[in-house]
Amino acid sequence: MTLQRTRTGSASKRPAAAQAAHHDPRAEPKAVRIVIITLAVIFLSVFVVLPLVLVFAEAFAKGVGAYFAGLGDSEALSAIRLTLLVAAISVGLNLLFGLIAAWAIAKFEFAGKTLLITLIDLPFSVSPVISGLVFVLLFGAQGFFGPWMQSHQLQVLFAFPGIALATTFVTFPFVARALIPLMQEQGTQEEEAAISLGASGLQTFFRVTLPNIKWGVLYGVLLCNARAMGEFGAVSVVSGHIRGETNTMPLLVEILYNEYQFVAAFAIASLLALLALITLVAKTVLERHLDEGDNRDH
Amino acid sequence: MTIEVRNVVKTFGAFKALDGVDLKVADGELLALLGPSGSGKTTLLRIIAGLEWPDSGEVFFDGENALDRGARERQVGFVFQHYALFRHMTVFENVAFGLRVQPRKIRKSETEIRARVKELLDLVQLDWLADRYPNQLSGGQRQRIALARALAIEPRILLLDEPFGALDAKVRKELRQWLRSLHHEINVTSIFVTHDQEEALEVAHRVVVMDKGKIEQIGTPGEVYDSPATAFVHGFIGESIVLPVECADGAVRLNGRPLDISADANAAGASTLFVRRHDMQVGPAGSGMLQGAVTHVRSFGAVQRAEVTLSEGKTTIEIDTPRDHDLRVGEMVGLKPRRYRIFAG
Repeated sequence: MTLQRTRTGSASKRPAAAQAAHHDPRAEPKAVRIVIITLAVIFLSVFVVLPLVLVFAEAFAKGVGAYFAGLGDSEALSAIRLTLLVAAISVGLNLLFGLIAAWAIAKFEFAGKTLLITLIDLPFSVSPVISGLVFVLLFGAQGFFGPWMQSHQLQVLFAFPGIALATTFVTFPFVARALIPLMQEQGTQEEEAAISLGASGLQTFFRVTLPNIKWGVLYGVLLCNARAMGEFGAVSVVSGHIRGETNTMPLLVEILYNEYQFVAAFAIASLLALLALITLVAKTVLERHLDEGDNRDH
Repeated sequence: MTIEVRNVVKTFGAFKALDGVDLKVADGELLALLGPSGSGKTTLLRIIAGLEWPDSGEVFFDGENALDRGARERQVGFVFQHYALFRHMTVFENVAFGLRVQPRKIRKSETEIRARVKELLDLVQLDWLADRYPNQLSGGQRQRIALARALAIEPRILLLDEPFGALDAKVRKELRQWLRSLHHEINVTSIFVTHDQEEALEVAHRVVVMDKGKIEQIGTPGEVYDSPATAFVHGFIGESIVLPVECADGAVRLNGRPLDISADANAAGASTLFVRRHDMQVGPAGSGMLQGAVTHVRSFGAVQRAEVTLSEGKTTIEIDTPRDHDLRVGEMVGLKPRRYRIFAG
């Protein structure tokens, strides 16, 4: 799972490197090391670097003009707009829900806490296609709320609300999962201190709790956003693929590709790839901040 | 401010943390809650602070029901065992916190807040650390900042949870004296929790000894040391020689042999004899009421400590005697307690 930060990762590398420099007897023979490193490099090149390079190569295959023509197409612009809007809404909602859920779980004891933690993880363990189908069952014409919604002229499925709902559902765990371990580790003593000093619940949250978790919040938002923009399965089920209206960027990439419009398809794919790269860099920076936060007290 | 706790009970699941506790604290007093871990002392402190609520019982501040108010309204200064300083704020902002979160109507101006924080940092002698962050301070400095922060709200009561628990021995000693003189200076009713008897006896006006959610004894350091009310207190405070004895009609027997001491006339059955190590008088073999062979001697400081294996029952006890008469390993000695206590059970 992408959410589990490998906190020990960077820490364990350093001593290993230092040991190698001092000809540690435990180090592998040079030949073995070269073979292992070469294998790793080949694997990463073929499965990670090469596809990424190919996305950009295909996007620019017919020149810069064709690339920007592909991006400037009205369908493409509409998909980009829709994707940004959906991401903004689902990240906003999940930030709110995630903060509340993590606050409740980490700082209070109540019955059903384990159940709540399990429920928060549910979207991760369910296939996105199933998540989408759930909304069809709820809001479709034959669905649970279908007749009522039709009589009130409300359209959820094959429209913006459905896409936003499905995306929010699929990305629900990110913020909460980033915050729960962090907040549990920090405990409740600072909050207790704040309250005994006369702070209200809100003052305690905004002056003590939130500043202590701000990097964790950003981390969760970042991952949530990356997933929200890239979500395919759930959105595909509820979108209805109405051109220029309900196609998000990932959906449009598929459609264009199937229609042999490779340059346009890869041009939009390149935007998603770029988002992934930016996310990766930002994630690394944030992890450094989070680790510093951890080490502060030790 | 006086504090009164009446018949407070608190359970955590099946665990009875407090089992009917009554306590009165006088205005301006410095009180220690002393007991082993799990004795309920921290729970009692947290209930007084409003960070925990009793299942039943009452708490009064100056005769006013404190349970009507939450921790926020009680104006109680609480110093946490691990300081709980706000890690993202400077020392200055930590101390200023309590002043900044006051309702706008009574909040001091920025100039007044600055002056007050400066004053408090001077009081704890750490004004030069104002711009540092908590992680840049030593344990002793953090503890003093935590205290300054708690004092900022002009607390009516000061509560300290294991205030020196996380510090090394030397710093603890220094801070003990410092806390006592600070209390003298500010004169706020204060309660601190500790499991360290030396700390409690040295700093507090009165000591409350707790065990298993109950108060065993309340008294001055002299009282709890010299006249322990229960076997637990005798065993917990100071170092004691503990011998199982039988009592009947005022006579005391060890392994069936009568001892030359007397018990209460109504004491009967299996009992325990407690003697302070330094209250065991050492004489030549044949004198006294207990006989034994010295098996080990350690001489340091003002006294020598000897291990004596009693002829009766082959129990080994440790005694402290003055260094004017050197004991030797293998030597037979007679022992007689100058002072002793017998508790049933």
